[in-house]
Amino acid sequence: MHPGLVPVPLLATSLPDAITFAVSAVIVIAGAIGVVVARNPVHSALMLVMTLFGVAVLFVEQRADFLAAVQVIVYAGAIVVLFLFVIMLLGVDRREAVSADPLPWQRPLALVLSFCALGSVLALGFSGAWSTGAASVTGALPHRAGDTAALGKVVFTTYLLPFEVTAALLVIAVVAAVLLVRVPQLREQGGQAGAERGGAAGLEGDPEAVSDPGVDGDPQGLGERDREVVPS
Amino acid sequence: MISAIAATLDPLFDHGVGLAVFLIVLIRVAVAFAALMVAVMLMIWFERKLISDMQNRIGPNRAGPFGLLQSLADGIKLFFKEDLMPTGADRRVFLLAPYLSILPAFLAFAIVPIGGLITIAGHRFELQVADPPMGILFLLAMSAISVYGVMLAGWSSGSKYPLLGSVRASAQMVSYEAPLGITIVTVILLTGSLSTRAIVDAQAAHFWDWNLIRLGIVPFLIFMIAVTAEMNRPPFDLVEADSELVGGFNTEYSSLRFALFYLAEFMNTVTMSAIIVTLFLGGPDGPGFPFLRWLWPILWFLGKTFVFLFIYVWLRAALPRLRYDQLMNLGWKWLIPIALGWMLFVAGLRINEAWGLGILGVLVVLVGPALYRAVALGKRAGHLGEPRAAVVASPGLAKRSGLPAGGVPAGAVPAGGVPAGAGGSGPVHAPKPGSGGEEAP
Repeated sequence: MHPGLVPVPLLATSLPDAITFAVSAVIVIAGAIGVVVARNPVHSALMLVMTLFGVAVLFVEQRADFLAAVQVIVYAGAIVVLFLFVIMLLGVDRREAVSADPLPWQRPLALVLSFCALGSVLALGFSGAWSTGAASVTGALPHRAGDTAALGKVVFTTYLLPFEVTAALLVIAVVAAVLLVRVPQLREQGGQAGAERGGAAGLEGDPEAVSDPGVDGDPQGLGERDREVVPS
Repeated sequence: MISAIAATLDPLFDHGVGLAVFLIVLIRVAVAFAALMVAVMLMIWFERKLISDMQNRIGPNRAGPFGLLQSLADGIKLFFKEDLMPTGADRRVFLLAPYLSILPAFLAFAIVPIGGLITIAGHRFELQVADPPMGILFLLAMSAISVYGVMLAGWSSGSKYPLLGSVRASAQMVSYEAPLGITIVTVILLTGSLSTRAIVDAQAAHFWDWNLIRLGIVPFLIFMIAVTAEMNRPPFDLVEADSELVGGFNTEYSSLRFALFYLAEFMNTVTMSAIIVTLFLGGPDGPGFPFLRWLWPILWFLGKTFVFLFIYVWLRAALPRLRYDQLMNLGWKWLIPIALGWMLFVAGLRINEAWGLGILGVLVVLVGPALYRAVALGKRAGHLGEPRAAVVASPGLAKRSGLPAGGVPAGAVPAGGVPAGAGGSGPVHAPKPGSGGEEAP
């Protein structure tokens, strides 16, 4: 009666499509679990990249080439790289002590909420039509260019205003971030101002980046240094 | 029988796609792979030989005629070397990084149109591995991914200099991706398609139809600079600056894994030269002759690519390495604004000439002085402090970081891969042998 109950969609596609879907779905789910399970933040970030790639493959399979490319460029290429950059520089790339929890109620709450989410997804899947209602409203895209032309048209006609407003918002956010970071340094005017100018140039001069335990080759000395607030 | 198996495996064949087409695709992939590998081997030899000529040396001349087999000999030597792993390394990431470095270099070559149309066994196809609808975006995606190899190699080595190299690398590559993308947008604006084949076809026939000339020479120059920085070639090789960082991100690597990094670097050079030719010089476009029609486009493509390979070696011989702040200034204060402005100009020209020239005028009158002012401000701020190396050596910071006031002792990390942990700590903690130590991060 409902499309969700009939196991048609997977088998109705061609075999290569089904195989591609299965493989990338496994990759996506394995990556997602890895993000949560991995103790090391860098490993988590890498697992996230794996998930993003799996999703990109799924996009390609749906003939959404543009979305796939943007997924890889923006998320895997920029955002996770930024994550890693921050993780490396701030030296948080060590195993977290998970035994001590600053918010004791958050784990039970997380458990309850994830069961709620899982339950609602399953309920959607089994009770109603799949969340959008129909498999496809308009059918396949007519262009050879796939979704690129269609998306371009929509973004620059129907959704022009939201598109431009979003762009302006992002620029404002960037300018504000730069402003917030720069003001105290301009006041300082000391010898360090030179070192701190330009994002990474300043960060490289930061001793924490060099001497954090995760990346240093000397675990013996580092354990000690880590405990000291001011190294001798 | 093979076709029967293929038909059961892949309904593609039920829809009229024959085994021949399938085989042709396989052959295309195999040929492109082999050609790229040979090109990389020759490129390594060519670079060493040419740079020797430019420096009044002889260069490799022992293995094979003119030393042609030198890279093969080096490869065999590296293959039989011991594969070392530093104790402080993150095992899995350390093993993964070289492959993350070499894969994007391979894959990006897939979208390069090498020749024109070719007919084999009644099937006409384009001489390129793939022509996906996302086209040139695939290149951007791959160049975005190539950051990971360098970044993770440096981080996972568990040693200082590689980490410094990888931090530099990630900042540099992310910064220069912006001008790279913007100049590609100008090309797309003109072509109206993302497909590399369409980009090449739009430039066919006359050399004044090449994007190099149609777009004005500016996007080409910006693209070339950004690409050089993106693949960490000199003068932008701060990532592996051997006089500052020992070997940079690949310091701790040895044997085959080091060879992979080496290979990836040269493969990137070849691939990116081919991409420049595709985007700005018409790819396989050029005058042909009535006989051997299929050959001339390939020769034109190879010739143009070769010119860029030569230019890259030349740049390496001629230019000193940039300082880090110069690198960032060039990227953020010059390349990105100019590329953006030129993109607006091209977009205006697409509407009509009045718009284009109007936009150019506004840019020159309003944005030019603003840019100049910004650069001047940046320079003034730059002169307030000492250069970075001196800051590390200043007493205040040295106290904070526990460094001896003389800065980091040179050569603290031996090239062989033994991590020197004592470089950053005042009282040197002697490594206690046999006491285990913490697990790798």
